Amino acid sequence: MKKVKVATVWLDGCSGCHMSLLDMDAAIISLGRKIDLVYGPLVDAQEFPEDVDVTLVEGAVSSQDDLNKVQKIRQRTNILISLGDCAVTGNVPAMRNSIPVQKLLQRIYVDGADEKKGVPSERVPALLKQARPLREFVKVDICLPGCPPPSKTIVGVINDLLDGKKPNGNLKVKFG
Amino acid sequence: MPQKKISIRIDGELISALEGQTILQAAKANGKYIPTLCDLDGLTSVGACRICLVEVSGSERLFPACTTPIQEGMSVTTNSPKLTRYRRISVELLLIERNHVCAVCVSNGHCELQTMASALGIGTVGLAYNFPKLSIDMSHPRFVLDHNRCILCTRCVRVCAELEGAHMWELTSRGIHARIVSEMNEQWGKATSCTSCGKCVHACPTGALAEKGWAVEEMVKKIDAVTSLVHRRGAQV
Ligand code: SF4
Ligand code: SF4
Ligand code: FES
Repeated sequence: MKKVKVATVWLDGCSGCHMSLLDMDAAIISLGRKIDLVYGPLVDAQEFPEDVDVTLVEGAVSSQDDLNKVQKIRQRTNILISLGDCAVTGNVPAMRNSIPVQKLLQRIYVDGADEKKGVPSERVPALLKQARPLREFVKVDICLPGCPPPSKTIVGVINDLLDGKKPNGNLKVKFG
Repeated sequence: MPQKKISIRIDGELISALEGQTILQAAKANGKYIPTLCDLDGLTSVGACRICLVEVSGSERLFPACTTPIQEGMSVTTNSPKLTRYRRISVELLLIERNHVCAVCVSNGHCELQTMASALGIGTVGLAYNFPKLSIDMSHPRFVLDHNRCILCTRCVRVCAELEGAHMWELTSRGIHARIVSEMNEQWGKATSCTSCGKCVHACPTGALAEKGWAVEEMVKKIDAVTSLVHRRGAQV
């Protein structure tokens, strides 16, 4: 049987959703037989591959780099999953949204720094005006809210997709 | 004079209720569930949240069960795909209007808005988040008002005016600018009419009003204490 290509992506989030994904215990063995993890913080690949079956995106879209990534990922993915509250609602990263970016950077990198004061400009992507949910930028197929979503829910959805079932509206959902 | 009994149907079932009751009161008295957010047992009903919308046969429009009086022969539907759609819209509007960051909220896990969203199967909202800049009033020695979490249900206003008799809370401005204010827009901590009883805190369905000193998930409201007080005093509304 051809293995299903799965990718995971970590944008503006705390990696808690990835931890929850990994928290699946023994289920990882049977899942590992059916999927190929082709991209993400858990594997080495540098470039997001073409023709990925399922991509789980953690985190809000917060920088220009995040935005470029999600646009490319959308083009190359069949089923895109918004994983966790940051990707679904903006959540904690969006708490900066009422503060102008310049003021925010000044507060953290200048006023709040003990040494090497100065806003970094090289090799870091420019922040967008606001951190916003994934679905406001690209079409999202499935939303899994939660901070983080329970491991069982994530695995359940992946297994449903592997079985060719569309995870339906009866999915148990909870913000927070 | 004893209240007149009248007959209505709720979801097809014939029930007898008292004239003057609202659809919600008649439903509750007969063990029928209609979801609510702004309504609180024993306080006047204001119809602020639109979660309790029901269908009444013979009419195209939907009616808030908490403020619509029953009429002889009325036939009410409490659940339908159309109602679920409208209830979802109401909850989604509440979620996008202010900043509901459940993950870091004192009420996470004990919040009526969060629970209602789950019950309606809301896993994402269709509209763009508003992300407004809102203030937090920490001036009271024991309590906090966080406008980020307020859904303008006015339970705090009503419980303070009708049960405590202090009428410290009010609503100011309109629409998206509407805010809960304490005593003529004075800081809560400086409000002389506040008796610090805490009824508003425990009547509040969300994390907007909370006791100080609790961390994320720790604020559990004693809503039953508020409603049982109403009943023990025999409040007539
Ligand atoms: S008040 Fe309720 S819905 Fe709002 S952030 Fe807190 S837990 Fe979530
Ligand atoms: S503070 Fe709480 S009780 Fe008062 S209007 Fe806001 S949500 Fe309702
Ligand atoms: S409970 Fe009826 S409108 Fe809020």
